[in-house]
Amino acid sequence: MSWPPEIKRTPSRFRNPIGKYKIHRGPACVHCGKCAELCPLGVHRRMGKKMLAPKDELCLGPTCADREYYCIRRCPQAALRMVINPNLQAFTDYRWPADLLLSTWQQAETGEVPHGDLEYRLGNSGGGFDRLRLRLPEQEDPSLSLRENGDEVSTAISLNRRDDGRPQVRISVPFYGGGMSFGSVSINTMLSRARAAEAWNTFTCTGEGGFPAPLQKYDDHMITQVATGLFGVREETIQRVRIVEFKYAQGAKPGLGGHLLGDKVTPAVARMREAVVGNSLFSPFPFHSVYSVEDHKKHVDWIKEVNPRCLVSVKVSTPTDVDMVAVGSYYAGAHIIHLDGSYGGTGAAPDIAKKNIAMPIEYAIPKVHRFLAEEGIRDQVTLIASGGIRSAYDIAKAIALGADGAVVGTADMVALECLRCRNCESGQGCPRGIATTDPELSQLMGMDWGSQRIINLYGAWRKQLVALLQIWGLKDIGELVGRTDLLMHLDYHREELKDDDIRPFLLRGNGHRRN
Amino acid sequence: MPKKYHLHPKPAPPRFAAPGPFGIIEGDGCLNCSNCVKKSCVYSVFRKREFDTHQLMDTADSLCKNCFRCVQECYGRILSKSANPEFRSLGNKYWTPEIIASNWCQAETGKIPVSGGGYGGPFAGPGFDSMWTDMSEIVRPTRDGIHGREYISTSVEFGRVAQPVAFAFEQDSFNGAETSDHGISPRVEASLPIIFDLLPFHSFNSSVRLALAQAARETKALMVVRAEEMEENLGPLAGHLIPLLPAGEVSSLTSTLSGVRMVEVPFTSSGEVRERVREIKQINREVVVAVRMMLGPRSEENAFALAGAGIEVLHLLADEEGQEQGASSPRFIKDLIRSIHLGLVQQKRRDELSLIFGGGIAMAEHVAKAIICGADAVSISIPLLLALECRLCGRCGPGMKCPVEVEKINPSWGRQRITNLIAAWHAQLLEVLGAMGMRDVRRLRGEAGRAIFREEIERETFGQIFGEPVAKARLEKEEGYVLAP
Repeated sequence: MSWPPEIKRTPSRFRNPIGKYKIHRGPACVHCGKCAELCPLGVHRRMGKKMLAPKDELCLGPTCADREYYCIRRCPQAALRMVINPNLQAFTDYRWPADLLLSTWQQAETGEVPHGDLEYRLGNSGGGFDRLRLRLPEQEDPSLSLRENGDEVSTAISLNRRDDGRPQVRISVPFYGGGMSFGSVSINTMLSRARAAEAWNTFTCTGEGGFPAPLQKYDDHMITQVATGLFGVREETIQRVRIVEFKYAQGAKPGLGGHLLGDKVTPAVARMREAVVGNSLFSPFPFHSVYSVEDHKKHVDWIKEVNPRCLVSVKVSTPTDVDMVAVGSYYAGAHIIHLDGSYGGTGAAPDIAKKNIAMPIEYAIPKVHRFLAEEGIRDQVTLIASGGIRSAYDIAKAIALGADGAVVGTADMVALECLRCRNCESGQGCPRGIATTDPELSQLMGMDWGSQRIINLYGAWRKQLVALLQIWGLKDIGELVGRTDLLMHLDYHREELKDDDIRPFLLRGNGHRRN
Repeated sequence: MPKKYHLHPKPAPPRFAAPGPFGIIEGDGCLNCSNCVKKSCVYSVFRKREFDTHQLMDTADSLCKNCFRCVQECYGRILSKSANPEFRSLGNKYWTPEIIASNWCQAETGKIPVSGGGYGGPFAGPGFDSMWTDMSEIVRPTRDGIHGREYISTSVEFGRVAQPVAFAFEQDSFNGAETSDHGISPRVEASLPIIFDLLPFHSFNSSVRLALAQAARETKALMVVRAEEMEENLGPLAGHLIPLLPAGEVSSLTSTLSGVRMVEVPFTSSGEVRERVREIKQINREVVVAVRMMLGPRSEENAFALAGAGIEVLHLLADEEGQEQGASSPRFIKDLIRSIHLGLVQQKRRDELSLIFGGGIAMAEHVAKAIICGADAVSISIPLLLALECRLCGRCGPGMKCPVEVEKINPSWGRQRITNLIAAWHAQLLEVLGAMGMRDVRRLRGEAGRAIFREEIERETFGQIFGEPVAKARLEKEEGYVLAP
């Protein structure tokens, strides 16, 4: 594997990509081709004597207005008009506003920090990460290119911080992929994630649904999950991997077991899970063998016995006593404590659980970080955060709040052109061919395309993280852990914040405003 | 242990196609290319669509699942999507289009709303949205109630706690209500902590009332009904009715008072209410009497006085948006519940009476959260109307025509829709209780430690890191939107 992985431009797999702006070519157009000559981004193209429909997903929007190639002003016939794409109204939400979706698509396409005026750093949820800002020196814009190539800065983290004779596992970027089972997503989606994990020397997770054979090639970059339904768990699968994850709970449905609705239990899925085709699979909750930290320790010991070279990760949700749970997990022998906050993604969960049960990750990280430090064990365990990590900036904020690294899930899906229509659970699953096991729908996405899109996204994120570390004068991402002095919060640092920090969406003029 | 409580939802499709959140827009310039994306729609939206002649609308927008395949694959690029203004204009700021649509869907299917993807809403918000409920893992076990693998009880009792324990042992029967001759107060059991309250807007006709009362029987719930509207057809259902007595004399109400287990009297003054309760008990000593009172600035004072006077049940009501009435800066029901509950706890009177709170209970999660704040049960009204397809347009108030003809329903369809809604809410309550490891909803009452209140967790985390936050009034002013209280 070459390092860093090659970034290759990987455009949308759909005929009509969606951009933030739409260019309307009016009847006054005489097809002179002036705009095609002007636009260096390739929005306008002429074929023969005719102009083609504009590729408006490439358009920079109003930020282009002061450039000399601004087509709207330069058109001799004044035939062009620019509007915000009305389609955006139909796929925006508070956590993933249209800007964040479009900019994530763009990063997955180009591997670069997004251009134009897309807000790629923040969502619009009005709390947590979306109210935190990074403290950067004046006039430093991290969206500018890196200083030098960034080789002097390390984004790698170690996952084994216990001195217990088990192997060290070091990943080159401070994030890995969260569990998504075969059944909830297609084999192509799993393979795309696995190949991207291999390329960036990190991991992705099988979720609770077995270890399909095609993934075995990527054993060294797979985490296999042992969850409450024990679907597809065998000694052999546990022995394959370097990390085994216990899923005690999932942020999207804390206190509830996994859900895979009947239509998605196809013959292949049923075989893998040793279940019946078409029957909904609800994992029980909790592990009925664990009712105390001591029971939990037996679980961890069992896995360590079955696979003497693996690290054990414990994935828990965020109850009021999340700090106690974390300490208990450490004493039970876990290497990684993975906190999954309440706004995490899922293939299917009750709406009431997604919204209401357990606390958001932004609160859990500092709470657990501090508690582990007071207990004197913070440096012997790797603290990983997930549940609403959408961007490189979210990762930086999670680390500054006290995590060592992050786990991402939904962002991988968005790289594959998910637009969060939230129908993953229904019928045969995702109509866009990502979270489905329907043979026909799965064909909508190729594995090479999928791998490259995720590789590109991770590349763009790593660039941003390196640029941030350079600006702060840090040499290693580990130096950022718990550096809350590098954070500002809209509710606390009012005097120091600029208008641009406070209301990025409003200033950027795309009208995402609550109510 | 009480008998297993189980509801039987059955699909009950709506009579009118409901507006969907988004609309499909088809532009001019079809290429007639024969690669038509409309044919290949995964959900067959374009094949199933109809023109609804009653509402003059295309049903495609109600069927569309917003996957954008057609928009992104059309060769002529003539399709696009946008927000549906008809959907956006449903309800109001509190009863949002999303809440309305979710209740419609639950009334249709009887199932818990389940979806893919993470939660897409705001981080937190005002009112009930500024708290999260707890869950248990590793160090505390959870319960697996939702799939029937462990039984979780949602039943509650109204009335005073039976007092002398030793006395009860001497009885052949252990039933509190039957032994009231010996000085034990009557109690009424309901299978779930949700009371059907009077419907808002106007007085609906008898088919609506019959549907509600039948649903109350089917779900083993209780329903408030105006005494003057207790028509004959409700007679067999009297055990599930709570007649709201008019103010004034009760002696003429002897027939109303027989056969019911609980009645409600409006609050006038502490002394007058006490007198009325005494009169009612003289007619029927087995009946539990609740006092119905609007929540306002003097609620605490009045509630404590009534508790002191031995009232068995208080039914306290905020307005439909959960605000207290008659205050210059009104408090939200969640804060009122906490205040009254904690006040009674401090006075060591909390177990002497039951508290039912209503107003602003719009979703199943609000039931759990109100109980955590200290309610024994909640009462609902608008959700019952939503189950009957109401669009909250409020036109019926001034006597205009109802767009979904609520009064023309077949009572058995209405009963099924309401049963479905309650089944879905009940199942969601089990989810919340199960996640916390609770087997009994009565254990949830006042368990504020099993919730995460935004203000407290902010102080404990960001407050410790960043210090004092700036004043909320300033944030609201500068950012133009209301943050969580």
